[in-house]
Amino acid sequence: MKYDVLVIGGGHAGLEAAHAAAVMGCFTALVTMDKHAVGRMSCNPAIGGTAKGHLVREVDALGGIMGKLADKTGIQFRMLNKSKGPAVWSPRCQSDRKLYSEAAFELISSTPNLEIIEDSVIEIIAEGNIIKGVRTSRENEIQCTTLVLSSGTFLNGLMHTGLKSTQGGRFGELPSIGITESLHKLGFESARLKTGTPPRLKKSSIHFDDLEYQPGDQNPQPFSHFTDRSNFPFLDQVPCHITYTDREVHKILEKGFKESPMFTGIIKGTGPRYCPSIEDKIVRFADKERHQLFLEPEGLDSDLIYVNGFSTSLPANIQIEALHKIKGLEDCELVRPGYAVEYDFFPPQQVDLTLETKLINGLYFAGQINGTSGYEEAAAQGLVAGINAAAKVKGLPEFVLKRSEAYIGVLIDDLVVKSTEEPYRMFTSRAEHRLLLRQDNADRRLFLYGNRYGLIPSDSLEKISEDESLINNSINLFNNLKLHARVVNSFLENKGLSEIDSTETISKLCKRPELSIKEVIGLINDKDPMIGTLLQNEKALEQVEIELKYEGYIKRQYEMVERMEKYESAKIPLTLNYHNVKALSTEGREKLNKVKPRSLGQASRISGVTPSDISILLVYLKN
Amino acid sequence: MSFIEDTITALATPPGFGAISVIRVSGEASIAAVDNIFIGKRKLSVAKSHTVHYGKIFNSDEMIDDVLVTIFKAPNSYTGEDSVEISTHGNPLIAKTILELLTKNNVRLAEPGEFTKRAFLNNRLDLSQAEAVADVISSHTEASLRGARNQLNGLLSLKVDELRSLLLNAASFVELELDFAEEDVEFIGKKDLLARIDNILAEINTLLSTYSFGRILRDGVNVALVGVPNVGKSSLLNYLLKESRAIVSEIPGTTRDIIREEVSIDGFLFKLFDTAGLRFSKDPVELEGINRSREAIQSADIVLFINDVEQDFDQLLYNDVLKLNKKSKIITLLNKIDKGYKGDKKYDLTLSALTGEGIDILLKSLKNSALINSNYSEKTAVVSNLRHYQCLTKCQEDLSKARESTSNNMSGEFISVDLRNAINSLGEIIGEVTSEDVLNNIFTKFCIGK
Repeated sequence: MKYDVLVIGGGHAGLEAAHAAAVMGCFTALVTMDKHAVGRMSCNPAIGGTAKGHLVREVDALGGIMGKLADKTGIQFRMLNKSKGPAVWSPRCQSDRKLYSEAAFELISSTPNLEIIEDSVIEIIAEGNIIKGVRTSRENEIQCTTLVLSSGTFLNGLMHTGLKSTQGGRFGELPSIGITESLHKLGFESARLKTGTPPRLKKSSIHFDDLEYQPGDQNPQPFSHFTDRSNFPFLDQVPCHITYTDREVHKILEKGFKESPMFTGIIKGTGPRYCPSIEDKIVRFADKERHQLFLEPEGLDSDLIYVNGFSTSLPANIQIEALHKIKGLEDCELVRPGYAVEYDFFPPQQVDLTLETKLINGLYFAGQINGTSGYEEAAAQGLVAGINAAAKVKGLPEFVLKRSEAYIGVLIDDLVVKSTEEPYRMFTSRAEHRLLLRQDNADRRLFLYGNRYGLIPSDSLEKISEDESLINNSINLFNNLKLHARVVNSFLENKGLSEIDSTETISKLCKRPELSIKEVIGLINDKDPMIGTLLQNEKALEQVEIELKYEGYIKRQYEMVERMEKYESAKIPLTLNYHNVKALSTEGREKLNKVKPRSLGQASRISGVTPSDISILLVYLKN
Repeated sequence: MSFIEDTITALATPPGFGAISVIRVSGEASIAAVDNIFIGKRKLSVAKSHTVHYGKIFNSDEMIDDVLVTIFKAPNSYTGEDSVEISTHGNPLIAKTILELLTKNNVRLAEPGEFTKRAFLNNRLDLSQAEAVADVISSHTEASLRGARNQLNGLLSLKVDELRSLLLNAASFVELELDFAEEDVEFIGKKDLLARIDNILAEINTLLSTYSFGRILRDGVNVALVGVPNVGKSSLLNYLLKESRAIVSEIPGTTRDIIREEVSIDGFLFKLFDTAGLRFSKDPVELEGINRSREAIQSADIVLFINDVEQDFDQLLYNDVLKLNKKSKIITLLNKIDKGYKGDKKYDLTLSALTGEGIDILLKSLKNSALINSNYSEKTAVVSNLRHYQCLTKCQEDLSKARESTSNNMSGEFISVDLRNAINSLGEIIGEVTSEDVLNNIFTKFCIGK
C-alpha cells in the first residue's frame, strides 16, 4: 500500500498538513506515537497573540483548521493591541488544553481520505534523491509518494530539570530516535535548539483573591471566518491572574544557578531571546526589580495552572522554594516542574519556499524541525507543506506566498533565507508590509488561494468577491460624494471639532481621527442604495473605513511593494554556481551557495550578502 | 566566469614632468607582465607582498629607466587584486614607453576610475568610500583634497552610522509597543519620541547644510564678474590669473562668451566667470552672450559687482543682479583707482587691476565669503556628494512624516513606516541593510518574554 501523502507527527504542523492533503483528495496517513495526543499543546494553553494571531487568521483563510479548533475550545478571547491601529490588532485566546486536543482528534478522524496510524518512525527511506517512505518500529515499511516531516521537539529530545536529564520530546512522552540519523545519511545537516516551559501548579492551592486579574473581551471575536457567531463563545469564559517576582525570589533562584543545566554548559542548544527562562532574565536584566507572571488556566475542568513568565530548568526544589515567595503562590503545590528541552532541527536553508527539501524530492519539513517555535508558526508551515505535497501528487502548481501577501510568506522566506540562531517566532515588525497584512483582511487576501487548492468552498469565495466589489464601489462613491458645510458643520460643532469651509468629500471627513465612518454616513441625506447595503455588511464597512482612514499610509506601502517587486521578480537560476562569480565577497558567495536564493530580492535578505554583492549579481545576471 | 579577468594599467600620477611618475598595474597578469620587462635581483613572481624592488626596465635590449617596483598581492591591495606600482623618473616619454611595453604583455589601458571600480567590486571600499576616491581623483586643490580624504577616512560614514543607530533606538521603542504590548516594560511617550526625532532631524539638517560647503570644497566657488562694459572685468580676471586669455579691448561688449577660469586661493578653488554686459542688444551673438551672463549670475555663489572711478554706480544694473540671484553674496568693487580715487563709501572694496593695489584685500574677502555660514573644521563630516545629499534629504522627509504622525497621535505602526524608511535612506549612504536590526536592538535593551 502506498500513500499519496504521509505525515509524520500529529502536532499543529502535522494536523494541518494531513488535513489539507486529505481535503485536496490525496490518500493520506498521519503517523503519530499516540493518537490521543494529536494537537496537544506542549507549552502554554493559548493560541494567537501579536503576529501569531495574524498567522491563525491566514491559516483559516487558506482552509486550515487551527482557527476553528481554537474557537471551539477557547475559554478567554482577547483582541490585543486594540488601542493601536488595525494592522497590529491581534486575536488571542486561552484554550482548554484537553478539549483542544480532543477536538483535533475528532476533526482529523472524521476527515475523509485520512488515516491515523499509531506508530513510531525510526527511519526515513529514499532512493537516490526520491522519497520512498518510512520504517516504523511496528510495521516494516510505509510507502508514500510524498512525505511531510513535522516531528516537533521529539527528534532526540532531551529534557532537563536541574542537573537531571530525561530522554523525551514532551513530559511523559518518549523521544523519536533514528530519524535524525537516517536524514544525516541522506546528506542533511542538523543542529540543536533549546526551548523551555514553566512549572504547572495546582489551581486549588493558589490564593487568587489577592491577585489582579485579566478578563477576556466583553465582545469576544472568533478567529475563524466559518465560526457561527450567533452563540459564540461556546464555553464559559475565565480570567487570567497576574503576579510578580521580587528581589527575594531572585535571590532564591540564584542559589540554584550552580545546578542550572544552562549555566553549567550541559545544555548546548540555543534558546529564544524573546522567551527567556526566569534565570536568564535575572542575569541579563539584573537591575530589574521584578518580573511579571501570568497565571493561565489550563482548562475549565483542569486543576492545573500554567505560570507564564517563569520558564525554568532549575532544580525542582529551587523552583518550589522561589514560587512560595511569590504573592498568591505562598501555599502552591508544584504538580510538574518547569523543564528545558533540547531537540534536533534541520537548518531551513535545506528547504525551498515550498518547504520541500532541496536534497530529496517529495520530502517536506514543517514546524519545529525547521527551527521555529510556536503552534501558529508550525500550523502555517504544516498547511503550506501539506498543500505543496498534495499539489505535487496532483500535478498542481507550487504554492508559495509572497512577503507582500501574507505573514506566512514572510515566515517561510525568512526561514529559507536567514540563518536561524534561535527558535524563530513571528513578530509584526518582521513584515515590512505590515499595514497591508492585517488580520481583518486575511480572507480578502487569501480566499482565492484557498479556493484554488480546493480548501475554501466556492460559495465562500463568491461572497468575498461580492464584498470586494462593494468595498471598492463604496470607496469610489465616497471619494466623489461631497457634503455641504451647512449639513456638516453643526454636527462638527457639537462634537467640538473644526468646521469645514464649503464642501468636503465623505472620504476626507472619514480621515478625521475623531469621526467614525458610521457617523459620517449618518450625515448623508439622499442615500445611494449601495450605502444601505454597506451598512448591512459590518465586515465590508470595516474594510472601507480602514482603507479610507489610512489611505496615505496604505498607498505608500503599496508603492514600497512595487519597488521591491523589481528585485523579487529578478529570478536567479537555481543552477547558478556562485564560485564562478569572482567579484562576490567571500562570505556573500558562501551564503549564496548555501541558500541558493530564487530571486535577487531573496538574495538581498541573506545576512552577509552585501549591497555590492547584489549589484554584482545584477550585472552578472544581465550578462 | 568573472567580468574582471583582464589586467589594466594607467599612469597614477599627473601627466607631465615631475620628480617621479607612478604607473599602476592591476589584475591577475600584473606581476607576470612587469616581470617580462623588468630586470632586478630576482624575479618578481617570487617576491612577497608589500615589498619594493630596485631594477631596470628594458625594451628588448634598450634600457628605458632605473625604477622601483612595489608588489601588492591579492587581496591586500587597493583593488583587491594582484597589483604592481612602477616608480619611474618623472619624464612623460619614459612613462609612455613603459605603458606601451605593458600593453604588449597582456595588459590594457584602464578606463577612468576603473581601479576604484575594481576596488569596490572586490569589496575593498564601501559605496561612500568609493565615491570619495572618485572625488579625490578629481579634486583640484588642497582643501578640497582634505575634505575628500575626510570622507574617505569615514567621517561621513561614522556620522551617518551614529545617526542610524539613534534612529534604530527610536524605532525599537515604537516596535516594542507593537510586538510586546503585553510585556511589563516601559513604553516611550509621545514627548520623548518627538524629542528623539527632533534631535536626529537637527543633526540631519546640520549635515545637509554642509552640502553647499561640501560642494564648494569639491567643485569650487562660482564667482561671477559683473559690471557695465569697460569697467575692467577682464583686466581684473587677467590679473587674478596672471595670464591673458580673456580678450581685452576698448570696444564695449567684446566679451561675448563667458570666460571661465579657475584660481586657487589658500587651497580653495574659485571658478571665475567673466560676464558680458547685461544691456539690451539686437546683435544675436551679443544676445547669446547676455543670456549666458544671466545664467552665470544665477549660479554664482559670489557676485563681484565692478565699476570704475569714471562712472557712476549703476543702480539699475545692480537691481538686475539682485533680481537674478537673491541668495548669493554680492561684493561691490571700485576699479581703476590708479586713475585717481576720490573715496566712495558705496563700495565694499577699491582696487586697481592695473597696479594690483587692493587685490590682496579682494582675495581675503573672497576666501571669507566662501567660508561664511560654515563651521567647517577638518573634523567636520561634510556632505559633498550629490547622492549622499539626496539620501539625506529623503531621510529628512521621512523623519518629518514620522514626526507628523507622532504629533497626530497616530499609532506606532504608522510612525514606524517612515522611521524605517528613514533608516533605510541612511543605510543607502553607507550601504547597509536593516531587516533584523530593530528586533536585535529590542532583545538587547529590554527584558522581553513571559
